[in-house]
Amino acid sequence: MILENLGIVYALLGAALAVLLAGSGSAIGVGIAGQAAAGVVTEDPSKFAKVLIMQLLPGTQGIYGLLVGFITLSKVGLLGGGAAAIDVQTGLLILAACLPIGIAGLISAIYQGKTSAASIGIVAKKPDQFGKAMLFPAMVETYAILALLISILSVTAIQV
Amino acid sequence: MAVLQMQRISVCALKKDRKKILELLQQKGVVEIERMPEEDSGFQRIDTAGQRAVFEKNANAAENALEILQIYVPEKKSMLASLEGKTPVDFEGYSSVAERQDAIMGSARQLISLSKHIAENKADIVKRENQKESLEPWKPLDVPMNFTGTDKVAAFVGTLSSPMTLEQIYTGLKEAAPDLDAVDVHVISTDRDQTYVCVLGGRKDASALEEALRSIGFAKPTQVGGMVPEERQKQLTEKIQALQEEIARMETEIADYAVDRRDLELVSDYYRTRAAKYEVLGELLQSKKTFVLTGYVPRKAAAALKEELDKNFTLAAEVEELAEGEEPPVLLSNSTFSSSFEGVVGSFGLPRLGEIDPTTIMSFFYFFFFGLMLSDAAYGFIIFLACFIVLRKFPHMEDGMRKSLRMFMYCGISTLIWGILFGGYFGDIVDVVARNYFGVAEGVTVIPALWFAPLNDPMRMLMFSMLFGLIHLFVGLGLKGYMLIKDGKVMDAFWDVGLWFVFLIGLILLLLPSDIFAGISGIAFPASLAVPGKYMAIVGLVGILLMSARSNKNWGLRIALGAYDIYNTTGWLSDVLSYSRLLALGLATGVIASVINQMGSMFGTGVVGTILFIVVFIFGHILNLAINLLGAYVHTNRLQFVEFFGKFYEGGGRPFNPFTTNTKYVDIKEEMKL
Repeated sequence: MILENLGIVYALLGAALAVLLAGSGSAIGVGIAGQAAAGVVTEDPSKFAKVLIMQLLPGTQGIYGLLVGFITLSKVGLLGGGAAAIDVQTGLLILAACLPIGIAGLISAIYQGKTSAASIGIVAKKPDQFGKAMLFPAMVETYAILALLISILSVTAIQV
Repeated sequence: MAVLQMQRISVCALKKDRKKILELLQQKGVVEIERMPEEDSGFQRIDTAGQRAVFEKNANAAENALEILQIYVPEKKSMLASLEGKTPVDFEGYSSVAERQDAIMGSARQLISLSKHIAENKADIVKRENQKESLEPWKPLDVPMNFTGTDKVAAFVGTLSSPMTLEQIYTGLKEAAPDLDAVDVHVISTDRDQTYVCVLGGRKDASALEEALRSIGFAKPTQVGGMVPEERQKQLTEKIQALQEEIARMETEIADYAVDRRDLELVSDYYRTRAAKYEVLGELLQSKKTFVLTGYVPRKAAAALKEELDKNFTLAAEVEELAEGEEPPVLLSNSTFSSSFEGVVGSFGLPRLGEIDPTTIMSFFYFFFFGLMLSDAAYGFIIFLACFIVLRKFPHMEDGMRKSLRMFMYCGISTLIWGILFGGYFGDIVDVVARNYFGVAEGVTVIPALWFAPLNDPMRMLMFSMLFGLIHLFVGLGLKGYMLIKDGKVMDAFWDVGLWFVFLIGLILLLLPSDIFAGISGIAFPASLAVPGKYMAIVGLVGILLMSARSNKNWGLRIALGAYDIYNTTGWLSDVLSYSRLLALGLATGVIASVINQMGSMFGTGVVGTILFIVVFIFGHILNLAINLLGAYVHTNRLQFVEFFGKFYEGGGRPFNPFTTNTKYVDIKEEMKL
């Protein structure tokens, strides 16, 4: 009886992991970049807007996680109140579908945070190179976007 | 449309006109003056560092005075003040400041001296407060601090180094000098670590008494004054009050100077401009009677400038074409729409010699992709409106800022269009309100998407994203070919660009009818496409293999390098996949907006519920708009910089930096429009 109903638990676990891992990654990434940004602002408060943008760059993974989590929840009907009857196999499929953005989001956000911190260094010394500085963290994010893509495509493709 | 053509202007004129000529050039602001080659016996530089230093000092003094005014008479600045830009001043208004410069500098110096005086007074007050404080324990003493006694009586005023009672002191004295009698000790006050005393004794025993006192830790006070402490304190209080009154008086005096603020700004810019002029003056080569200068001038402005110079002065001015291979500074000139995107190109790098200005073509793709990533009609309209209002309200905004805002305004329009195509208005707010307040059934879309809703059909959106990407990349590759052909390297264009087109299109034709593609897209292409696809791919492949490293004489190495170039196909694959961010970011906006709407509607439809709904709605959507605006900006830039520019554009040109009135506060409207 319990084993049969585990499907929905797996699905929810998937949604939770997507939000939790990607969100934690973003929190770490934004934190790393924020420390560098605060250092720049103590020296030159006029660079606030530029370094703030840099700090926010690793924040997107958390949003991607939220996105997948939300699509998953609405897919299994947990948002509407009536949860769909999900067998174990479908539940595990959903869990697997959520993993790319969870794990790739976690790791890419941390590294994007480090790259952002380095780019904040560029802004501190050469503010006119803002466009190029912004590019380095954006390169890291590509892989989170690819993971997001696979997660979204998988979740929407699974038949409930 | 393009990079402005530069010409070289050389002027040889009489020395007596040099300041007038420089002023004219500075006013026009169309010439970048170049540092001349080495001096020779005839022409030499003169040292203007001295005059420059004077002007810079004056500019700094005016600047200081303005800072002082800002401290004592703060001028309210709104949050959008940085958008206001410089105040426009006509040339007459600016010139008039030259006549009044001494008076204005007088005010500036007066302000600085007042502020210095206030600072001194404040320091003085602190000093006197400290003195007053240190007299506090002596307050009960009714003789002056330096009182040493009368003819018969010796008095010692001072401190003992530890808190002691009267008995302890008497005992201490007794032990130190048993013979001593007729000693009268007054404890004035005691605190944690000292006893303040006045000790009286016979004049003849004075030295013995002093000896005894020293043995129990007596010391003369540090502050000795000829006044009774209480009176001295009163005197100090009066003095402090007088100082404070003086400060208040000086502060009102400073406040009176607030009317001079505009003049001070003007004079600060005036000196700054003159300093810049003298800097150039110091660069010029001058002989006894003449001087020469040369620099870059945009072709458009060259003729008019030469005419103006010829008309006003006795000089020889010559405008000539640049030498072959000379890399001039870069100034872009584009239509109003495209010029708004110049900042994006500028932040990557201006075109090098021989490169085309990518702004025009890029601006259309930028417009297209930005909207696609944000894709919410309401957000687009908000961005458009906000930028439009700000642009209207602050007409004197700094140029770069205005271009950026105009860019976002256009991007707002694009977002609005894509939002309508995809049916996003604050996410799904229309449906949520219709469902909750008007009883529309669940699952009904009130305003259907004009095209389709990406969330319902992500695969279709992914296909289109990659198609758009492919077009973007092909245009980039095409531009590379165009640049090669423009340089007369037609064969290179064929080998490096044409073959790649053949190869890539062949590969795409092979892919389209395949089962994988049909499975993903649901579109079945006729299998016959594969036949020409196969031949094109093979021709392209062999061609690239053989011709990619054609400059290499060694055939083995040539083939190896060609094979390596083929490997670049993976680069094309990842470039195309990179455009999937168009889908991902577009979905992110819509889904988060839906989450916000859903959260807002959880409170029900009562009065309280509706108020909470509105609060969540406002804060949630502001946050979502801000985050996704940033995302769309960053990733649109990335697609242009990495994917698009990577195909044909390097950048690295030097921006045109004309000799002009480099002001901080005012904008002198007399420059030539380019």
